Amino acid sequence: MGRITLDKVRKAFGDVEVIPPLDLQIEDGEFVVFVGPSGCGKSTLLRMIAGLEDLSGGQIRIDGKDATNAPPARRGLAMVFQSYALYPHMSVRRNIAFPLRMAGLDKAEQDRRVAAAAEVLNLTDYLDRRPGQLSGGQRQRVAIGRAIVREPSAFLFDEPLSNLDAALRVGMRLEISELHNRLCTTMIYVTHDQVEAMTMADRIVVLRAGQIEQVGTPLELYRSPRNTFVAGFIGSPKMNLVSGEIASRHGAETIGIRPEHIAVSDSGGEWHGRVGVSEHLGSDTFFHVACEGIPDPVTVRVGGEVGVRHGDEVWLTPDPDQLHRFDKQGLRIT
Amino acid sequence: MATRHSRSAARLMMAPAVILLLGWMLVPLTMTVFFSFKQYLPMRGDSLERGLDWVGFENYARFIGSSSFWPSVQATLMIVGGVLVITVALGILLAILLDQPFWGQGVVRILVIAPFFVMPTVSALVWKNMFMDPVNGMFAHLWRFFGAQPVSWMSDASVQSIIIIVSWQWLPFATLILLTAIQSLDSEQLEAAEMDGAPVLSRFLHIVLPHLGRAITIVILIQTIFLLSIFAEIFVTTGGSFGTRTLTYLIFQRVVDSQNIGLGSAGGVYAIILANIIALFLMRIVGKNLDR
Amino acid sequence: MARAVSTPRKIATTAVAWTIGLLIFFPIYWTILTSFKTEAQAIANPPLFWGFDFTLENYAVVQERSNYMRFLWNSVIIAGGSTLLGILVAVPAAWSMAFVPSRRTKDILLWMLSTKMLPAVGVLYPISLLFVQFGLLDTRIGLILVLMLINLPIIVWMLYTYFKEIPGEILEAARMDGAGLRQEILYVLTPMAIPGIASTVLLNVILAWNEAFWTLNLTAASAAPLTAFIASYSSPEGLFYAKLSAASTMAIAPILILGWFSQKQLVRGLTFGAVK
Repeated sequence: MGRITLDKVRKAFGDVEVIPPLDLQIEDGEFVVFVGPSGCGKSTLLRMIAGLEDLSGGQIRIDGKDATNAPPARRGLAMVFQSYALYPHMSVRRNIAFPLRMAGLDKAEQDRRVAAAAEVLNLTDYLDRRPGQLSGGQRQRVAIGRAIVREPSAFLFDEPLSNLDAALRVGMRLEISELHNRLCTTMIYVTHDQVEAMTMADRIVVLRAGQIEQVGTPLELYRSPRNTFVAGFIGSPKMNLVSGEIASRHGAETIGIRPEHIAVSDSGGEWHGRVGVSEHLGSDTFFHVACEGIPDPVTVRVGGEVGVRHGDEVWLTPDPDQLHRFDKQGLRIT
Repeated sequence: MATRHSRSAARLMMAPAVILLLGWMLVPLTMTVFFSFKQYLPMRGDSLERGLDWVGFENYARFIGSSSFWPSVQATLMIVGGVLVITVALGILLAILLDQPFWGQGVVRILVIAPFFVMPTVSALVWKNMFMDPVNGMFAHLWRFFGAQPVSWMSDASVQSIIIIVSWQWLPFATLILLTAIQSLDSEQLEAAEMDGAPVLSRFLHIVLPHLGRAITIVILIQTIFLLSIFAEIFVTTGGSFGTRTLTYLIFQRVVDSQNIGLGSAGGVYAIILANIIALFLMRIVGKNLDR
Repeated sequence: MARAVSTPRKIATTAVAWTIGLLIFFPIYWTILTSFKTEAQAIANPPLFWGFDFTLENYAVVQERSNYMRFLWNSVIIAGGSTLLGILVAVPAAWSMAFVPSRRTKDILLWMLSTKMLPAVGVLYPISLLFVQFGLLDTRIGLILVLMLINLPIIVWMLYTYFKEIPGEILEAARMDGAGLRQEILYVLTPMAIPGIASTVLLNVILAWNEAFWTLNLTAASAAPLTAFIASYSSPEGLFYAKLSAASTMAIAPILILGWFSQKQLVRGLTFGAVK
């Protein structure tokens, strides 16, 4: 079981409130991703759940039991750190067995569980090596192995993939998702990378300055961002946000349109502009168009390869059904 | 990393070290300050049980007023100053030399550092007897070889002798620290200067020396603190005679030889104040370094 | 610096450096050499660099006459004991300062350092008085305590700088893995810091071994270590060069060897981390 409740959780360092009172309910077996720009308090929040930071107020309940003041060891949670935090002086086997040793399990049981975890994580051949002799991906797997042997009620991941190169990151992402499908244990995952959030999460918590901007499934966030911050943060490439006269024509302070929801024509359309840089990815083409009456270039995404060149004149037409409208406070108008 | 748990644990774990050092500092210090205001001559029957006479600042005045005070200040300054000049100057030269590529760097480094590990009593006695003895010492042999009259080092050149012995002991320290500092100098900087056409001397003056500035300051401050309290080197050689009675040694004699505790304690307070002034400068540098 | 240097220049540098190195080392070399001569040969003019009768007699005489082994044993006990005790007190303190820093950490560190600057002679009488009161005069335990206290700031500082290099996340990982404070320090921190702790021990054994104010002033016969043993040669026995040399060689040999292992840590320890 791993049902985690944050009840008016608050954190202040001296006079600086980094997390104003915050409520969140994480259901058992859920994969929840905390995402936000650096400094938004997502790591602090995770560390508070872990018990590595104190709360300045509020309560944390794990499976209904108050864990606010419980030391980390008593919470039944496991954590995977950004730097992996493996014990450099211990072999992989002893690293993975460490939590079991601390729990006082007998040697045979330790060996059995370590072997099982190594099997799952493809580490069987590396058990007698030191962390220093492993590659980044393997170290990551050892860190995960150390977390799973304890059979915790929830896993906490603190930007676990940020030290890996791009190719490995995609692979590990799949492995962690696979692990979640197999174990069905609650996972809380912190990242600044919205792609990780979108691809892995059951539910995403978008944070800014310690505050929850929106909570929802990846598609909810994509389809109906609650405000301009979420709109701009979720989705790649970023949603185009346009304010001024064009926005007021749609009865909003700001309008947002995703690059994939803009039609391109060389003969006529709503916005007229000139093509700047275009990025050819093979499967898609992104190009940036400087439009009349819009200060920032508009990003457009077109499937496949299109014959548009730098300097060409084009007309753009946003799909009216996919247009997001925001009011003066940046909140979504429904 | 900071929870109430870990913070209270931290306080608890720091307690033994803090309490011990606090006791080590405060208890004797308080006693010294206390004695410095008392007349306390155990040989004349003064004792703590019978109570000591309060004499105000008389001890302080008498310590400074005594005929041996200024000579001792002079001896202290000469020894400390002499050793500092020699070790820092030679230390810089040696550090630059050892930084050059040559065969057997490791071995030479070990040879140069070795004197630092020799206990003070040994180095003082070896120098005094085997090198500076006017009859059988190595220097006497050397002097005679060149047809000169051997020098009675310990009586005729006593202060210089002490300076030589102590410099030999501390040169490794200065060299080692300056060498470490030189090695941390970015060689690209020097290469850039070389490319810019700067000659060797100006490269040394404008790049190496400023880079060493902090290390030199540290060497000076740390050595000063240790040199102010050199004791064994004097104790086993001249015993404070022939103008080698430093402030430290004078205080030692007041307390141990003449058993004038009050006077010695007043001297001790002076020494503590002096050391603290120097320490203050050292702390500034170390403290600044901590922030980085 | 991997710079190309011409061979003639390298030869010249080698010659100069070796000459200076040997010159600086000469007094130690000469002491060791003389310890193997007879007394007559030790004062021969011109000095004998070779061709003397190699003898171990001086060592035997020194041991026999002044019971060298007892002083050696005292030195070992005092230097080792004070270092060990210091480490036991300093490890938890350094843990606190390195991993749970507070606003006062820096002040405490600097204050500890400042106790090191206290001139020993200023507190000589009070310490002797306390030693008499508590029956510590001329005891090993008394010296162990004093040397532990005077070196404690250095031990704390060195450990602190070594601990600082260990990422806090690893200790947090241990905490998450269910380790208590004691286990965290015992199973994770200490093994990781072994090289640092070893150098700290080494440097402090050297400092304690060579300490020559308190050891001379607080001991008489039974607890006197090698520093005091050598001081007893100040006169007139010092004129027996071969004996003096043998005694000196025995007093410095162990620490010379230890010292060569610790030269790198020396800088860090003695500058309180200000020069690395």
